[in-house]
Amino acid sequence: MPLLPAPAAPGGPDPRVDLYSLLIQLLNGVQYGLLLFLVASGLTLIFGIMGIINLAHGSFYMIGAYLAFTLSSLTGSLLAAIALGTLLSVILGIALDWALFSRLYRRDHLQQVLLTYGLILVFEEIRSLVAGNDVHGVQVPPALDASIRLTDTLSYPVYRLFMSGVCLVVAGLMYLLIHRTRVGMMIRAGASNREMVQSLGLDINLVYRLVFALGVALAAFAGMIAAPISSVYPGMGTQVLIICFVVVVIGGIGSVWGALAAALLIGLVDTFGKVLLPQAAGLGVYLLMAVILLRRPEGLFRRT
Amino acid sequence: MNRGNIALAVALALLAAFPAAGATFYVELVTKVMILAIFAMSLDLLVGYTGLVSFGHAAFYGIGAYALALSAPRYEPANLWLTLPGAVLLAGLAALAVGSFVVRARGTYFIMVTLAFAQMFHFVFHDTEIGRGSDGISMNFKPVASVAGFAPFDLGKATHLYYFVLATLVAVFAFLRLLLRSPLGRTFQGIKSNEHRMVSLGFPVFRYKLASFTIAGAIGGLAGYLSALQFGFVNPELLSWHQSGNVLLMLILGGLGRLTGGVVGAFAFVALQEAFQSLTDRWQLLFGATIVLLVIFLPGGVAGVADRFRRPPSREPFHV
Amino acid sequence: MSDAILATRALCKRFGGLSAVGDVSLELHRGRLHALLGPNGAGKSTLINLLSGDLPATSGAISYRGRDVTSLRADQRSRIGIGRSYQKTNIFGAFTAFENCRLAAQSRFPRPLHVFSDARAFAPVRQAAERALEAAGLAAAADIVAAELSHGAQRQLEIAMALATGPEVLLLDEPLAGMGADEAGRMVELLKKLGPDHAILLVEHDMDAVFAVAEVITVMVNGQVLESGTPERIRASPAVRQAYLGHDGPLAGETAPAGGRGA
Repeated sequence: MPLLPAPAAPGGPDPRVDLYSLLIQLLNGVQYGLLLFLVASGLTLIFGIMGIINLAHGSFYMIGAYLAFTLSSLTGSLLAAIALGTLLSVILGIALDWALFSRLYRRDHLQQVLLTYGLILVFEEIRSLVAGNDVHGVQVPPALDASIRLTDTLSYPVYRLFMSGVCLVVAGLMYLLIHRTRVGMMIRAGASNREMVQSLGLDINLVYRLVFALGVALAAFAGMIAAPISSVYPGMGTQVLIICFVVVVIGGIGSVWGALAAALLIGLVDTFGKVLLPQAAGLGVYLLMAVILLRRPEGLFRRT
Repeated sequence: MNRGNIALAVALALLAAFPAAGATFYVELVTKVMILAIFAMSLDLLVGYTGLVSFGHAAFYGIGAYALALSAPRYEPANLWLTLPGAVLLAGLAALAVGSFVVRARGTYFIMVTLAFAQMFHFVFHDTEIGRGSDGISMNFKPVASVAGFAPFDLGKATHLYYFVLATLVAVFAFLRLLLRSPLGRTFQGIKSNEHRMVSLGFPVFRYKLASFTIAGAIGGLAGYLSALQFGFVNPELLSWHQSGNVLLMLILGGLGRLTGGVVGAFAFVALQEAFQSLTDRWQLLFGATIVLLVIFLPGGVAGVADRFRRPPSREPFHV
Repeated sequence: MSDAILATRALCKRFGGLSAVGDVSLELHRGRLHALLGPNGAGKSTLINLLSGDLPATSGAISYRGRDVTSLRADQRSRIGIGRSYQKTNIFGAFTAFENCRLAAQSRFPRPLHVFSDARAFAPVRQAAERALEAAGLAAAADIVAAELSHGAQRQLEIAMALATGPEVLLLDEPLAGMGADEAGRMVELLKKLGPDHAILLVEHDMDAVFAVAEVITVMVNGQVLESGTPERIRASPAVRQAYLGHDGPLAGETAPAGGRGA
């Protein structure tokens, strides 16, 4: 059933198409932005709280997507794969922090950049060994495989709305976690004063490990839910990483609100850019970053 | 003549004598390494001496390379003496333009925006018509070094190319050494040591950082030009972030903040790459793992290990 | 205001809701060493940061020789003649003491295009550095790497670097911080020597030092100026005694305890 009634003069051009086209692009832009936010918030948390710049963050997104692919093939259900995959990502995050990232807390940025760059190479090769270099598709779960019909020619996939909804829920949960729980308080305290937290008897390393695992899980989760829409392919980690960097630069390092605002902005600019100027579509994001750098080099929001 | 200079003279003599002893394959390999050494030294000016960690230096390397490929006529060779300065100038201008944006960013932001801008250039060459797309460009002829019809050497010959690159390496090394002891170079090093105090002492730090970024980009473009010269072929992977990461890796292998580190690092990097590639197809895995282990256990690089056996540092704080 | 070199008018600095410096007006004159006293958190370091340009003012004006400089950046202020030293030693640790001063002096003769000349060979800069080291009493330590200097020598280097830029105004933020009695005495002598030729603003906790060198004292509390005047007047002021110390302290009486040191 279309959402709006048909025009009075059937047979002529349908003016609702333009309106609905705009609505579709808007929804797409918001959905892309929210997905970026999920990934970028992990990046900005890890940097803002632990002081580590992590180039491998895109790889976690890719790992999530490949987990969705392999686990959904095994279990037959994407939703089960996502649940299991998120759990595995948390474990991966804890293991990585224990083995490697905990050594990076006091190191300078160049060393962090190089180590995480090496990690990208390792992850890419492991992925290539395990899942090959082909592009894979992931099925949308049958329960969500529907479309809302807008006009005779236009409809909007329910799954995309589901993605946006899930991202909002996760964002809300993160807000609650960071601002309304004791763990969140420790995280915020750890961001501003590591020594103080330690002298209060709290284990700062445990706090950092949790934050890191959370960051990894966010990125992987985003990759998992995006898999049916974006497919699963080798370069996806790098692609999302660069955009996330732009999100963080625009939004301000360490600011989760900034990441949200910037991610939505970029999602919309990128989506509408592709529609309006297909040739230069990829450049829109960089131009936005250049403009922001001129006016607010510290990002739109300072560190919260 | 102090120890350092003697070591340099010996190294130069070895490099100069090498073609007489080595097969063509190795002459070409060392030529490739020397080109990478120029690339690494250019980045060292920015990272090791001015303290600006850029993860996008490959952009200027690629611009220098594409400058040759795009300016080379289809049916006759380009002129070295025209296209080389042109490429360096173009890379320098690109660095000036990009720098005027990115130098505003501090610390981590700087790393991220340099990566982002380099990706933008990669996008331009990979996805638009400007660079003829992801297949790259092949050049039909090597540039000739002719002035008024007379060509003192033939860049098509491996040994001639080798000595031309070696001469360029020596020239760049000498230029950077002079630059670093000049007022400009001292300012760069002051910025690395304590940028806040430099501002407080009255230095307009933005301009100096931009100058460092521009010079580094121009010399990086020179290295890219030589690379296109050697291989006769360019493609967008020259601007990839793998390239940017690799040149940073060369610096950490060879030791930051010493010009010879760029040269040592380039040799070490290519040696590692050749070794791993001969071991397995999955050499990137070994490579990545080596980088991770290197950063954890040997952050000072090869030179850092050597330092532990050296006598305590002299009073002279600047070393090349 | 007419012959003041550096002057502020109603200078304020707010951080969100917190007013760190409120409505401060003062003047610095050449040859008149002006000290800034006050308990911790009184806003003294903030005020110095406002004057040097390390912090932007929220409102109010700063003028240098009658010219409004409120919107100038820190490096611009240094170039017009405002020099400062820092409370937390802020030197180039990896360079020698001489190179620290030479680099400072080079800021006056930048010569960025002289790419092929050795910076150390340029006589005016070299001589300015040598003079600054001499004035600060560090001539013998010229070739020692700054990180290896004693704490007191590093504090002297702090000031030498500011001197090497040839400023008219010197903003000195606790130059005696962490010094032993001998070193402090030498620093006081240095301040006395510098006083006549510069307009000095001195933030210091060491009462003996302050009363030995200052001609004008301003007392700040909670970001505001409590009282300003000659040392005698400040010493005798009950408001200062009350607000600053809450009771009779080293400010009481005509003579400070022999060899004793203030808070």
